[in-house]
Amino acid sequence: MHPIGTVHYLALSAALLLIGTVGVLTRRNIVVILMSIELILNAVNINLVAFSHALHAVGGQIFAIFVITDAVAEAAVGLGILIALFRNKETVLADEIDLLKW
Amino acid sequence: MLIDTVLFYVFALLVLGGGLLTITRRNAVHSAISLIVSLLGVAGLYLLLEAEFLFAVQIVLYIGGIMVLFLFVIMLVNLDEAAKERQFSRQWLVALIAVAAVGAQLAWFIYKGRDAFRFAENAAAAVPEAVGNTEQVADSLFRQYLLPFEIASVLLLVAVVGSVVMAKKRI
Amino acid sequence: MNFLDQIWLIPMFPLLGAALMLVVGKMLDPQPVSEVAVAPGVEPIFEHGHDHGHPHHHDHTHGHDHTHDHTHGHPHSPLKFLINFICPGMVLLSFIFSAGAVWQLSQQAERVHQVVKFTWLAGLPFHMANGQLATFQADWGFLLDPLSSVMILVVTGVGFIIHVYSTGYMAHDNGYYRFFGYMNLFVFFMLMLVLANNYALLFVGWEGVGLCSYLLIGFYFHKKSACDAGKKAFIVNRVGDAGFILGMLLMLSVLGTVKFTDVNTLLRSGQFAIETGGFGVLSVMALLLFFGATGKSAQIPLYVWLPDAMEGPTPVSALIHAATMVTAGVYMVARSSALFSLTPKTLLIVAVVGVSTAIFAASIALVQNDIKRVLAYSTVSQLGYMFLALGVGAYWAAIFHLFTHAFFKALLFLGSGSVIHAVGGEQDMRRMGALKDKIPTTYWTMLIGSLAISGIPFLAGFFSKDEILWQAYSSPIGSPLLWAVGFATAALTAFYMWRLMNMTFYGKSHVPPQVEAHIHESPSSMTVPLSLLAIGSILAGWLGTPKLWNLPEFFRSFEAWLEPAFTPAIAAAPEAANAAGESSMELTLMLASVVVAIIGIWVARVLYVQKPEIPDRIEARFKPLYTVLYNKWYVDEVYDFLFVNGLSKGGGLALGAFDRDVVDGSVNGVGWLTRFDSLVSIWWDTWIVDGAVRFSSFFVKMMSYPVCILETGRLQTYAFFIVVGVLAFLGFYVTR
Repeated sequence: MHPIGTVHYLALSAALLLIGTVGVLTRRNIVVILMSIELILNAVNINLVAFSHALHAVGGQIFAIFVITDAVAEAAVGLGILIALFRNKETVLADEIDLLKW
Repeated sequence: MLIDTVLFYVFALLVLGGGLLTITRRNAVHSAISLIVSLLGVAGLYLLLEAEFLFAVQIVLYIGGIMVLFLFVIMLVNLDEAAKERQFSRQWLVALIAVAAVGAQLAWFIYKGRDAFRFAENAAAAVPEAVGNTEQVADSLFRQYLLPFEIASVLLLVAVVGSVVMAKKRI
Repeated sequence: MNFLDQIWLIPMFPLLGAALMLVVGKMLDPQPVSEVAVAPGVEPIFEHGHDHGHPHHHDHTHGHDHTHDHTHGHPHSPLKFLINFICPGMVLLSFIFSAGAVWQLSQQAERVHQVVKFTWLAGLPFHMANGQLATFQADWGFLLDPLSSVMILVVTGVGFIIHVYSTGYMAHDNGYYRFFGYMNLFVFFMLMLVLANNYALLFVGWEGVGLCSYLLIGFYFHKKSACDAGKKAFIVNRVGDAGFILGMLLMLSVLGTVKFTDVNTLLRSGQFAIETGGFGVLSVMALLLFFGATGKSAQIPLYVWLPDAMEGPTPVSALIHAATMVTAGVYMVARSSALFSLTPKTLLIVAVVGVSTAIFAASIALVQNDIKRVLAYSTVSQLGYMFLALGVGAYWAAIFHLFTHAFFKALLFLGSGSVIHAVGGEQDMRRMGALKDKIPTTYWTMLIGSLAISGIPFLAGFFSKDEILWQAYSSPIGSPLLWAVGFATAALTAFYMWRLMNMTFYGKSHVPPQVEAHIHESPSSMTVPLSLLAIGSILAGWLGTPKLWNLPEFFRSFEAWLEPAFTPAIAAAPEAANAAGESSMELTLMLASVVVAIIGIWVARVLYVQKPEIPDRIEARFKPLYTVLYNKWYVDEVYDFLFVNGLSKGGGLALGAFDRDVVDGSVNGVGWLTRFDSLVSIWWDTWIVDGAVRFSSFFVKMMSYPVCILETGRLQTYAFFIVVGVLAFLGFYVTR
């Protein structure tokens, strides 16, 4: 085994990103979609921190903090939208919300 | 060091396994729990990367805040009928192909540039820092990155207002 | 007094007379109520609005009756005698001036005198046929040369005599001042015609005499037959005038001028070759001019108006249709001798037409019963002789015959007028007879006239007619055939003239009893002119005796006088070729014509005096031929069918067809077009305009459909596209 280097973290981050993307594109349940988005954000965080560690700079971690802040805000608002949507349409399935269809 | 490697793989397994489970569970609560597991794994990785502050933030904020929020909403929204529906959309195959293609491209990039990421190893003889990670983060956050910090706070304000508005019955 | 310079006055005197009649004539002779016979059903025209309730005279007479208008009760205007002085006086003045001018002309070495009063049609430039630029100019100019001098003497002299006669003949007629006004107007136009120095002014006179002929023929305008005859004369003349105008225009195009002297100079200059080969442009020109002459001088094919012109009063027939107007054509051809001499083919046509007309008219005159008709056809026949003379190049002989004919034909017409006056208006010879002792002066003068026209030696007609016949035989462009036909015509002439004389003066009287009581000799105003003309008929011929007789120069002066005016037909006629043989031939022919004239007279005497039943037997045996001759060879009917009916019916058909097809057709066509246009509009609107609109929307829809499909409204579709975009973006870097 190689000693764990930055590349491993990058590969892991990429894999997590892809998993999250598949979740966004594939699942119908909006809650799960939102959770998949969290996965993507976490992948990005892993990437940032890995580089921060490799470059001995703290900026990466600062950036990761901001990403987490952003994730919080987005989760709050997104879930609020979900609730509003559920109240109006009685559904949480993304397929069924096509009001902007041509 | 061997322990680092083993821990890395353990945490990686947690992360990826949790992720996979998240996107495949029928029950939303199961997805949420799987996500929590994944986030725990991510936190462990942070520790390995000597980002102690982030480790704490991840646990407290992400798992303790966001995931709890998720669980609240899951409880609020009745997902029983949704659980009976088909779970995957019709475009799953083509999405999978596209994502696989992107994945291939990313793999190619990483493979091509694997030697470029060795800078850290050369500077292995780095002087261990005099201050701890949290102090470093705070130092940088409140000096160099003060403006983004303030903007982030405004962003949080907006998010609060927005979620309150979204949740109201009558605007 | 220099008469030569005042020749412009010669036409002006009668014009003044006509103008005076126009202005003051009504005052001098107010018109009373007219009792003239009218056409059945037509109301007579009353003067002064009076209606005396008089009975209509519906005279259904046989033949062509002229009811002499005797309204014995009408008030005699005291000033009427002034008209007698004014109008004949004007003509007398013209005669005096003419005589003076001619005398002065004869004293000149070069017998040509022109007086130009002013430029009438001023210089209009035009291009001739050969591209040369010429200027058209016609002056109000008068030319006095030997030819026109003969003409003015004849016109004014005989005209004056006839005017004097008319004062007696028309004394009881209404429209006295109108008659004299028209007569003076006629003399004016005739003098303009013969004195003009260019074809355009000649044409003014030409048209004017046609107009006056119409006015005078239709003098008794209450009668439909008179009006029709006037119209016929004018219209037939017009047909000829068309030819004249075309000829004149062709002359302008080829020669560039219409002035006589200039035309003659050009034609005699040798620039134009004699057209012996085919029909050149000069021949066409001459033929067109001759066509105009056939109209005016009553030759085939335009002679049909002259017999009908006898509807006019007898003095009119005498003056216009015997002595002067009908000779205008002869004068014009003689004036154009330079042109005709260059065109032997046309000359041949002139001769053939002349001699054919002569015998044709003579054949019709054989069987006519109206005394004036016989004389009318006789005029046509004699005019044919004149054209025969022109056609064989003997221009002076034609003018000579014109000269003598004026005397004896006017005499015959005036005499017939006197006879008609004596028998109270009867014109049918079958109701005359044995008038010889009752109207002696008339009888003797008419006898002299008949002898003259028959060609009895030593009278006027003998010399002129014989000269023509000899020239027809002997001229280089004559032929024995022409002579033979002329000879036969002479025989016929003698016969029908003596038929007339016998039926009128000799034999048994067929005059109805009530008329017989009133037979009286005419007043002296009528008999004196007759006598004067008779003297003229005897003496006039002695100016043109044949060379054969070798009399002193004076007795051949007519030819010599006229010689400078003409261009000889063939440049160098070999005269001395066979002098001896020729003279004997001439004598033979002369004797032959005398003999045949005497035979004609004798046959007429036998048929109409001694054995009057023979004509009826001949008529019965040759009934078809008789009918054809009596009906004038049906020429009038043919013309009617071809032209009158043809034009009116054909015109009617054409107009009808035009109205139906063109006029209505265009209206219908417009309607159809409107409907068609609306159909096109509809189609356009539906398919093109709406189509464009629909197409634009269709196009947008088509173009947008692929894009519309992308817009599903679903979140995950959009997310997928983001991933695809990332894929593409990264792909770019992969390949780099």
